[in-house]
Amino acid sequence: MGMTITQKIIARHAGLASVKAGQFVECALDLVLGNDITAPIAIEEFEKCGAGRVFDPAKVALVPDHFTPNKDIAAATQCARMRRFARSHDIVNYFEVGQMGIEHALLPEMGLVVSGDAVIGADSHTCTYGALGAFSTGVGSTDMAAGMATGRCWFKVPAAFNFRLTGRPGPYVGGKDVILHIIGLIGVDGALYRSMEFSGEGVGALTMDDRFTIANMAIEAGAKNGIFPVDEQTLAYVREHSDRSPVTEAADSDAEYEKTFSIDLTQIPLTVAYPHLPSNTRPVAEARDVPIDQVVIGSCTNGRFSDLRAAADVLRGRRVAKGVRAIIIPATQRIYLKAMKEGLLETFVEAGCAVSTPTCGPCLGGHMGILAAGERAVATTNRNFVGRMGHVESEVYLAGPAVAAASAVAGRIASPDEL
Amino acid sequence: MIIEGRVHKYGDNVDTDVIIPARYLNTTDPARLAAHCMEDIDASFVSSVKPGDIIVGGMNFGCGSSREHAPLAIKGSGVSFVLAKSFARIFFRNAINIGLAILECPEAVDGIRDGDTVEIDVDTGVITNKTTAERFTAQPFPPFLQKIIAAGGLMASIAAGKGARG
Ligand code: SF4
Repeated sequence: MGMTITQKIIARHAGLASVKAGQFVECALDLVLGNDITAPIAIEEFEKCGAGRVFDPAKVALVPDHFTPNKDIAAATQCARMRRFARSHDIVNYFEVGQMGIEHALLPEMGLVVSGDAVIGADSHTCTYGALGAFSTGVGSTDMAAGMATGRCWFKVPAAFNFRLTGRPGPYVGGKDVILHIIGLIGVDGALYRSMEFSGEGVGALTMDDRFTIANMAIEAGAKNGIFPVDEQTLAYVREHSDRSPVTEAADSDAEYEKTFSIDLTQIPLTVAYPHLPSNTRPVAEARDVPIDQVVIGSCTNGRFSDLRAAADVLRGRRVAKGVRAIIIPATQRIYLKAMKEGLLETFVEAGCAVSTPTCGPCLGGHMGILAAGERAVATTNRNFVGRMGHVESEVYLAGPAVAAASAVAGRIASPDEL
Repeated sequence: MIIEGRVHKYGDNVDTDVIIPARYLNTTDPARLAAHCMEDIDASFVSSVKPGDIIVGGMNFGCGSSREHAPLAIKGSGVSFVLAKSFARIFFRNAINIGLAILECPEAVDGIRDGDTVEIDVDTGVITNKTTAERFTAQPFPPFLQKIIAAGGLMASIAAGKGARG
């Protein structure tokens, strides 16, 4: 029986000629990631077990992005802990406030992940790098500690679903609509423990940013990872951002997929996920009477340059509706700078938006835009669980950047066509 | 090992944001996390939970973020066991890695109500609902995971120099 893309990467990193779904293996890791919330626990575990030094100071990445710039004394203490550890272990890829970005936007941009890599991160959205044709998955802090100590991690080899993409997305429709549509189709545990592997000619119609957004939310369907085949666009991205050599793995023609879904990108509408599950999706066209208090455009899902551009194209020459707070958070410093140079920040400020330095901030209800009881937000983030952005009686509606921007202008969930 | 406790039962898709809301993630101390465990889904949990109690959940328990604070908060609140129809995969790893006992058994979950007293034989996977005298058998863990659990968690197994090989 042939192997899926994911299984091939796992086999190579486990030093095995082949693996099959359900098998337990131990893989060598190309990168181990942690942030200001998860790394402190990992550091504690790492030190408790007397591991000594990290396995490779160039293969550990530490990013303070969740509660930074430090939101309170407790957050500052956690960051200080991580900073001290980074210094004492000569961690090459520690990114201080001022250089940092949201980890999953930052790492590919810095060229730290390339096609064919095996990566773990103590953050559930580590699956983002599947866009590059890497096997990457979220783990907990203890796995991170073990990964930092040994450079290895145990895995159960995942079975897989195949998503065959055809066609091209329509106007304003992007990666977010595609993945929300798919999660709406299969549910928040629809791909539990499995790889979501994307294939078909439709892949070529998706930009790298679309693919990052889609792979990012694989976890929202319960998947272990989401992964794209490597094509010319992927290789161009890797060449531009990294001096490491990508390894292209392709699925065998007889690879085993538990299910195959055919997704026609042409048919995917602008989509929004209602509270309180990412699977609670509907076309934006059916959501027109939902008034809102806040819009957040940012996060590891949709805080990249093309997302900001999509939002700016809608906001240019318009104003945020009275009574709505629109908060825009470029995901990395590089994106922030580019948005500044290309005049997007000016567009945002002129439209009446607040623009922030990179941070996860409101995405996890951390800071920079917490919701009060009864408030509603449209956010380009990835989770709309109860209390995710603040009070337990607040609501988060998930959408792509064009819909979020249009909603900010309309003061209710809206499509850009309506403005 | 035999565990017995009173059940706190929840539905499907209990996510890590309700197990331990992000606003409390500025600490890693299990006792401080436990003070807010399940706060956004069951405000009475913290005052009613007793050492040894058992949490029973539906499908996809622990979905959402990778925060190990979630199993830590549960363990810190004295809960001895989590039984669910299925676990979200990161929660599953985390629970094993920190030594929080868990099992998946959909039939048992359907046969247990909130407040029931349940006995679980962790080695054999036999689950007895003492309130109704019904018995269920869960699939025990594969040997690979039993080795990690027997060592007292992942880091202990590494510290013991055994690694985590299967
Ligand atoms: S932006 Fe949100 S989902 Fe992404 S890493 Fe930060 S908190 Fe997590």
